[in-house]
Amino acid sequence: MSGPAGLTWSLRGRAAADLPVLADTAAPDGGSTGKGVRVCVVDSGIEPDHPLVGPLDGSWAVVKDPTTRELVIRPDRTGDTCGHGTACAGIIRRTAPDCELYSVRVLGERFTGTGDMLIAGLRWAVEQGFDVVNLSLSTTRTRFLEELHAIADDAFFARTAIVASAHNTPVESYPWRFSSVISVGSHQEDDPALHLYNPAPPVEFFAPGQNVRVPWLGGATIRTTGNSFATPYVAGLCARILSGRPRLTTFQLKSALYLTAANVQVGGGTRPSTPTT
Amino acid sequence: MTLSTDPAVDPLARELLQSVVDVARAIFGAEAGSVCLLDEAAGELVFQAVSGRGEESLVGRRFPAGSGIAGWVAASGEPMVVDDLGANRTFDRAFAESTAYVPNALMAAPLTHGSKVLGVLEVLDPAPQARASLPELDLLALFARQAAAALRVIAERAPAPAAVPDRAAALDLLADLEELLRRQP
Repeated sequence: MSGPAGLTWSLRGRAAADLPVLADTAAPDGGSTGKGVRVCVVDSGIEPDHPLVGPLDGSWAVVKDPTTRELVIRPDRTGDTCGHGTACAGIIRRTAPDCELYSVRVLGERFTGTGDMLIAGLRWAVEQGFDVVNLSLSTTRTRFLEELHAIADDAFFARTAIVASAHNTPVESYPWRFSSVISVGSHQEDDPALHLYNPAPPVEFFAPGQNVRVPWLGGATIRTTGNSFATPYVAGLCARILSGRPRLTTFQLKSALYLTAANVQVGGGTRPSTPTT
Repeated sequence: MTLSTDPAVDPLARELLQSVVDVARAIFGAEAGSVCLLDEAAGELVFQAVSGRGEESLVGRRFPAGSGIAGWVAASGEPMVVDDLGANRTFDRAFAESTAYVPNALMAAPLTHGSKVLGVLEVLDPAPQARASLPELDLLALFARQAAAALRVIAERAPAPAAVPDRAAALDLLADLEELLRRQP
């Protein structure tokens, strides 16, 4: 019995020896600076050559083709239309200084809410096989839910870690609500290197997102607050972990974040508390 | 739901929005506050009410909705708080073009109705203790929610739209149909 190419519903006529899997091993240089890891920021663009961001390895935008009216991805020289994407990129660079940084601009081409453009940009980033995608955006529009869910699941199995911001207000939005992404909210601690696991998801991790100094337009820096800025810290952590162990699957990566969270105690006989209802 | 972006349309609406910006300014001890509504067809944000600096000159002024902090807030539906803008010359230039006033700190929150963004509430130069922390971001978003509810009340009491559909509505409909046809071959 066979289905679509590449899909397996059950194992027939093969045994364990036919399915060798090479588990992750530490990189030869034991890297932890993000070297060799491709991180893509899906946002308002990134200002090129900002001193706190450094060189960009690629920059694209989602635009509407004037003839077909389809959304297409084009190389982009606009930079950043707001400052938000540059801020996220700066936090990633600070956390994983040697990672490769890419930008997909999904805002600022014309006025548009998050939705079509976000999905087009995110899908493209997943198709390119970036190791980490930072998405400090979400959409509240439920008509995009199914499509976003499928993209997030594809990314999960293809080892593209989508690190997604929880909304800043208590509303339902996506894709951070999905278990196949790594979702991030902000904590209020001053420690700039503190991340915590949330024993009561859907937001799975908390990271520094209050009063964060970030690069902004014109080579400047500002201070800002919000889940948007906690997320790239975790995206940077992912890049650091993956540079040391490049073959990790997304579930192993999430596990590594969990095990390194300051509130998770390992080996002390104390298990992280589980949510009670 | 459709909101007119013509500030002269409804005296009660004007009074309500003025009250919103006056209270927002008072809550955060700010130099100025404003409400802009989104004119989706034009891709612009339009100042509807201003408190403090710019009060006399800004109402009715338009600026592109696709960029800047207000643009990001309108597009993303998320609030934003930024501080230490003073050293940022690019920000100065872009912002001064629309407001003639360059703040050092800015808080902005979307005015939403369901998934639709109606406009943006901005607070300029809040008192230093009211800046850049999570509780302030929460407070701003809560207050914006109240302002958006006020806007919905205004829209509901506005006269029924003219019998002839406007061009923007027709174009929206066409775009929706096109998308539907494209998705379901």
